[in-house]
Amino acid sequence: MLKGKVHKYGANVDTDAIIPAHYLNISDPAELAKHCMEGIDKDFIKRVKPGDIMMVTTNFGCGSSREHAPLAIKAAGISCIIAKSFARIFFRNAINIGLPLLECDEAVDKTKAGDTLEVDPAKGRIKNVTRGTEFRAKPYPDFMAKLISAGGLVEYTKKRLARRRA
Amino acid sequence: MTLAEKILAAHADKKRVSPGDFINARVDLVMANDITAPIAIREFRRIGVNKVFDPQKVVMVPDHFVPNKDIASAEQAKLMREFAREQGVIYFEVGQMGIEHVLLPEQGLVLPGDVAIGADSHTCTYGALGAFATGMGSTDIAAAMATGDIWMKVPPTIKLIYHGSLGKWVSGKDLILYTIGDIGVDGALYSAMEFAGEAIDALSIDGRFTMANMAIEAGAKAGIFGVDNKTQLYVKSRAQRPYLVYEPDSDAEYSQVIKYDVSDIEPQVALPHSPANTKPVGQVKNIEINQAVIGSCTNGRLEDLRIAAQILKGRKVHPGVRCIILPGSQQVYLDALVEGLIETFIKAGAAVSTPTCGPCLGGHMGVLAAGERCISTTNRNFVGRMGSPESEVYLANPAVAAASAIMGRIASPEEFIH
Repeated sequence: MLKGKVHKYGANVDTDAIIPAHYLNISDPAELAKHCMEGIDKDFIKRVKPGDIMMVTTNFGCGSSREHAPLAIKAAGISCIIAKSFARIFFRNAINIGLPLLECDEAVDKTKAGDTLEVDPAKGRIKNVTRGTEFRAKPYPDFMAKLISAGGLVEYTKKRLARRRA
Repeated sequence: MTLAEKILAAHADKKRVSPGDFINARVDLVMANDITAPIAIREFRRIGVNKVFDPQKVVMVPDHFVPNKDIASAEQAKLMREFAREQGVIYFEVGQMGIEHVLLPEQGLVLPGDVAIGADSHTCTYGALGAFATGMGSTDIAAAMATGDIWMKVPPTIKLIYHGSLGKWVSGKDLILYTIGDIGVDGALYSAMEFAGEAIDALSIDGRFTMANMAIEAGAKAGIFGVDNKTQLYVKSRAQRPYLVYEPDSDAEYSQVIKYDVSDIEPQVALPHSPANTKPVGQVKNIEINQAVIGSCTNGRLEDLRIAAQILKGRKVHPGVRCIILPGSQQVYLDALVEGLIETFIKAGAAVSTPTCGPCLGGHMGVLAAGERCISTTNRNFVGRMGSPESEVYLANPAVAAASAIMGRIASPEEFIH
């Protein structure tokens, strides 16, 4: 179970806003985290606490394929992201590196910045502790659930290759 | 099945695939660059295999921050270079390299019917040749380098039909900007865009690259064109392996069919800070600019430079403007040199750079200060994209960018070329 305070942003937050390109000469997640969301919210990194939850509206993470974006968010301490929709490359990247993503229109509409949420990503349960409300995220397709439970794409690929060799 | 579905089915050894199916698709090409390869290499090591699945199907191109802009970038380029040598994959050093999405098709490394993936969102460019090409992250590339295949969800396909013929100074760039302006930056989210119609048939291959390149700016997974004589002509002299041409079935199912009459479309400009924030150039006057960038994976090909030269020939870049021109590859640079385009640019007062992605993503070779404004033939105008978060980027075609460089404000070539 994940628990944390909500940091909320709007539609079409692009990867240049999440981690500006001039930091892409860095690959270390902890270093990237220092500049997370710098493009639109310079104070985010000062406010964020380990376990906090990011909540956004539509097409989150649009733009570049840089995996630096979900790496920076994860290393900044964000435990999961709840959105109405994600840009597709960002979605893959986050799932691949083990950053849970949930899609739930109602939760986004009925949650305010600063609210405390409890989230069970595997079951898709989102509980707003501040307001006493509860929501259900769209369930993951079977394949995605398998990928997530394996611990991301590297672990999944390791298992696949081991099966191939066996 | 649609074009995308046919290519994906063939690469997953399936008779049929439908939107929403999860498949493992064999890949014909896996690509990474100097900013995405370091993470891909780290994750590849974590997977624990010693060799990439096929060194002739893995390509590494230093193009974003090279020639190295600082020590950190030099370290990343070095890491990629050493991995490329160790694995014997295809690698282009500075001096041979170009912007990946200009270079790879030009070198015949991506062909019709291929599934190509790259750790760069503009990998969708290769759809111009009738390939299924899509951008992914570094970990995806690591997995594909290890196994030779990649998981994909089969996208629904949106068919876009362009009727009519293009007016003067109107190009593939304007069609795609107009389309994104219409459907929005998530108008094709998770979908494949299939481009068709007589205006598309009439479009050059360079113009098709430009359109496919920006499919991602509508959220699409791929932007695909059918293969015609122009494609065959482009590919024939370059291909070093056989390839297959796929066509959509006449009863293919599309999630949407969108039709445009392009005859009345003017050159388009995307205003800050979204590629969907488009207006006809005629409505965007009296906006002064400090910089004009002509080049990139979107518009850094020979046809683009020819159009820019046609406008800059015998004229001078406005004293208040830095005009920066970046040929997309060494071949484009050489061709432009032989044709006299480079001389035209230099005489006009433009700076000509070695191929690099540099200014497009605020890396180097034309980063913007606070309060500065740039017209650019690149693909994104997000906040801070080319430098300071207080700078502004306007997207346009090479003709409009060149005309603006001369006028010192956003301008159409029609204002002084009759």
